[in-house]
Amino acid sequence: MTQSTSHQEPAIGLARLAQLFSMLWQFIGLGRVNWGRLMVIAVPYFWLALFFFIPFVVVFKISLAESAIAVPPYSSLLDWDLEEAYLNIKINLGNYLFLWEDSFYLDAYLSSIKIAVISTLLTLVVGFPIAWLIARSEGTTRTVLLALVILPFWTSFLLRVYAWMALLKKSGPINDILMAVGLIDQPIQMLQTDFAVYIGIVYTYLPFMILPLYTALEKLDMTLVEAAADLGYRPVQSFFAVIVPLALPGIVAGCLLVFIPVVGEYVIPALLGGSDTLMIGRVLWDEFSINRDWPMASAVATVMLVLLVLPIMLVRNRADDQEGKA
Amino acid sequence: MKKKNWLAAMTAAALATTSLGLSAAASAESKQLNIYNWSDYIDMEDVKRFEAETGIKVVYDVYDSNEMLESKIMAGNTGYDIVVPTGSFLERQIQAGIYTEIDKSKLSNYGNLDSELLAKVARHDGNNAHSVPYAWGTIGLGLNNDQVAERLGDMPTDSWDLLFKPEVAAKLKDCGIGVLDSPAEITAIALNYLGLDPNSESKKDLEKAEALLKGTRGNIRYFHSSQYINDLANGDICVAVGYNGDIMQSVGRADEAEQGVSLSYTIPKEGTLVWFDLMAIPADAPHKDAAYKFIDYVLTPKVAAGISNYVYYAVPNTAAEPLIIDEVINDPGIYPTEAVKAKLFPQQAHTAKFDRLLNRAWSNVKTGR
Repeated sequence: MTQSTSHQEPAIGLARLAQLFSMLWQFIGLGRVNWGRLMVIAVPYFWLALFFFIPFVVVFKISLAESAIAVPPYSSLLDWDLEEAYLNIKINLGNYLFLWEDSFYLDAYLSSIKIAVISTLLTLVVGFPIAWLIARSEGTTRTVLLALVILPFWTSFLLRVYAWMALLKKSGPINDILMAVGLIDQPIQMLQTDFAVYIGIVYTYLPFMILPLYTALEKLDMTLVEAAADLGYRPVQSFFAVIVPLALPGIVAGCLLVFIPVVGEYVIPALLGGSDTLMIGRVLWDEFSINRDWPMASAVATVMLVLLVLPIMLVRNRADDQEGKA
Repeated sequence: MKKKNWLAAMTAAALATTSLGLSAAASAESKQLNIYNWSDYIDMEDVKRFEAETGIKVVYDVYDSNEMLESKIMAGNTGYDIVVPTGSFLERQIQAGIYTEIDKSKLSNYGNLDSELLAKVARHDGNNAHSVPYAWGTIGLGLNNDQVAERLGDMPTDSWDLLFKPEVAAKLKDCGIGVLDSPAEITAIALNYLGLDPNSESKKDLEKAEALLKGTRGNIRYFHSSQYINDLANGDICVAVGYNGDIMQSVGRADEAEQGVSLSYTIPKEGTLVWFDLMAIPADAPHKDAAYKFIDYVLTPKVAAGISNYVYYAVPNTAAEPLIIDEVINDPGIYPTEAVKAKLFPQQAHTAKFDRLLNRAWSNVKTGR
């Protein structure tokens, strides 16, 4: 009995393996391979692997090391010894524990998310009418308006933020005008406040909100709005009952395009914000350059990515589902 | 035992490609020199003259913070032959073993250096083994004379009271106080003001300094390490705690603008921090001979004086003093009197553990937590 099974086993094993393999083959879609299509899909995947996945793996790897006074300034995880043929793996979870224990980081994450939520909503409120106007205009006007939205990208982002510094400062033109008009007697402090941060973010990210909104609103069938009016809806009602649901994919896309980069924003709070504007991007910079703790900085970055990516994937999936139903 | 760190090797390979441009002329050793120095820290005419005299091509890159320099140089393989970190940074970088020992026999002008200052630098770099001082300066108060006088009356302004005494600082709050965003340096100054050892690593002392800073935090408009240069000159702030050369730059800009803004730099009577920017040669520098030639060139009286006249910082070069213009050499904010010099203290490198405590305390002060 034992003998027969031991003879049989390899055969069964192989059959199972083949079966498993073909299932896997089916699963990843190689069963009906279309090589041309595969090549086309491979390009973006290659791009993602090269510029997103590999850098992330490097960051993640550093986050498991210990900081050291050395070049590079962290310990190595793997120690190869070719002659003695051993591999020594040393993983340090201390950075993640520290992140958990010190409430400073949680505060920074929460504060970043708060700023990102508020500025995303502000951008939506400002961007929606603009996108509506562009979508409802015709021919050349539309082209010109669209060009105006994209035009600021022709100058450096940094220069535009510096321009805001000049505009908002105490001896700047905005204060001068307000004083000349007589609205204020003393120049008001706008720079180095959260107000300036919101201005900077809304200004910088507005095109990312307008463009997806425009795409959604352009496709919107105006006869539906008319029908709603005919059936007795007031404009506000038909806005929320007809326009918003139809523009939802654009709203979601615009909000994600603004929200994601704003959470990690470093330049705008550093230049326009006060020293008390707590954002995770600045904490990351401090860890990296002032504390000189690359592993800790990497742990902060990894956690930020995980905290951001998971909820966003959920939102996306839901949005996709809804789109599928509609 | 041969250990191989494959990731280090890979990063090295990746970095080597980026520094290829720099080391393209590696075969022609000493015909090229890659310098990484602070921005606006030399008259470029002096660099051109060096090129003409020696036939060495100089690639001159600049940075604007020690952190920037450190994150680059600690990654390794930068291809730079000379870098100029500040004392406390160099101190730690030496521990990482990234600098070569200076062979003083290759520097014929080494004797021009001020031996008293060399002794102070030796607190960062034992026996001055790895570095040659480039320039030095202090952290003090940049003041808008009229706005401050308007608010403080006859009160003497040569004191850290302007920052640390809440009732005094509160009077200056509306015209604006800007402070360097430099945890170790400002904490050292706060400790010194409290009569404690500025380089103390005691947790209790740190708590006292943190409490002092928190007490006046509400009066400080911002912490930033370069913004005050413009803001002081434009009258957007009236008190800046900053580096003397940067504040002198502000004074110069305000004079040029002729908007009636009159500024001054003061070293407070309680004493302040003295810093040294030090030239060092990375151990992996591809053109060490050329690096020695350039350092020796900087030590000549004419070039050293030229640097001081151009950047308004002091150079630790006794032989250069007769060549420095009166406006600079007679300014006690740049070349302090002996009495003031006696009260200057260097800020030394801290252990990684204390650095973490210090920076957390600093974040708490800044964000008002």
